[in-house]
Amino acid sequence: MFTGEDLILACSAIGAGLAVIAGIGPGIGQGIAAGYAASAVGRNPGAKGDITSTMLLGQAVAETTGLYGLVVAILLLFVKPLI
Amino acid sequence: MNYLMTAANDIDIMIKGLFSYKLFGQEFWITTTHISILIVMATIIILAVIANRSLAKKEEVPGTIQNIAELVVEKLDGIVSGSMGENASKFRNYIGCIFIFIFISNISGIFGLRPPTADYGVTLMLGVITFVMIQYNGIKVQKGGYFTGLFKPIPILFPVNVISEFATPVSLSLRLFGNIMSGTVIMALWYAMVPIFFKLGVPAALHVYFDLFAGAIQTYVFCMLTMTYIQDKMNG
Repeated sequence: MFTGEDLILACSAIGAGLAVIAGIGPGIGQGIAAGYAASAVGRNPGAKGDITSTMLLGQAVAETTGLYGLVVAILLLFVKPLI
Repeated sequence: MNYLMTAANDIDIMIKGLFSYKLFGQEFWITTTHISILIVMATIIILAVIANRSLAKKEEVPGTIQNIAELVVEKLDGIVSGSMGENASKFRNYIGCIFIFIFISNISGIFGLRPPTADYGVTLMLGVITFVMIQYNGIKVQKGGYFTGLFKPIPILFPVNVISEFATPVSLSLRLFGNIMSGTVIMALWYAMVPIFFKLGVPAALHVYFDLFAGAIQTYVFCMLTMTYIQDKMNG
């Protein structure tokens, strides 16, 4: 009834779920960056354009570690390298 | 449960091979990515020809097409010279070129194509081009100082410095790939999984976020980081 392949598929799904927990870190980091950007705009509304582009660049770089987790999850779910 | 199982078979996110051929005993495939890239290239060429036609008979008071072309060139110029300073003139063409290519590739998901940048082969090549440009300009500008720079601050860190050089194209390409791929996966899941009622209207908002917004941001970030890395090495 259960084959080894089923077990690997089930464990891959669990592993994919665990891998996307990596999203916690970038989420916190991006929130902190956005908070500081908001307070910077509050202090100096004239520099809004520069602050926004700097914030977006920093957030996109901070996002990378979360994306590594996402790539691992996608590999486990759709490419199924373990079977 | 049964409904979910049948829907799961409709999920369509992978690259599909359309046509295979043999070369030097290896099997190669023409995939959906090639077709998408050809369509994107054709679009860019058509836009360029239209812009060229309108600029050939340019006027004192610009018309619509001339206005748009001038706006695009001015904005790209502003981005490059804003972050590269006096080195900008050498990199204007390259950055403008990859900016337009990546942007049109990213937003091609709206028009029903599978975005070419959702294939790791494409983004890795873009990352490798950036890597070659970084190293070439670093060696050209810093000469011998480039190699001694790898042993700083202390010689034992040499392997770490080399690894961090090679991590640059990997992180650049994985960032672009991960963002566009996640958008593609979420759109495919949405189209396959939700009841018919939510397939009307709602996907428009999702497309605006995942294709337009994320695509534009990632294009900007890729070009910005390329310029920052090159500038870093040139100022050494």
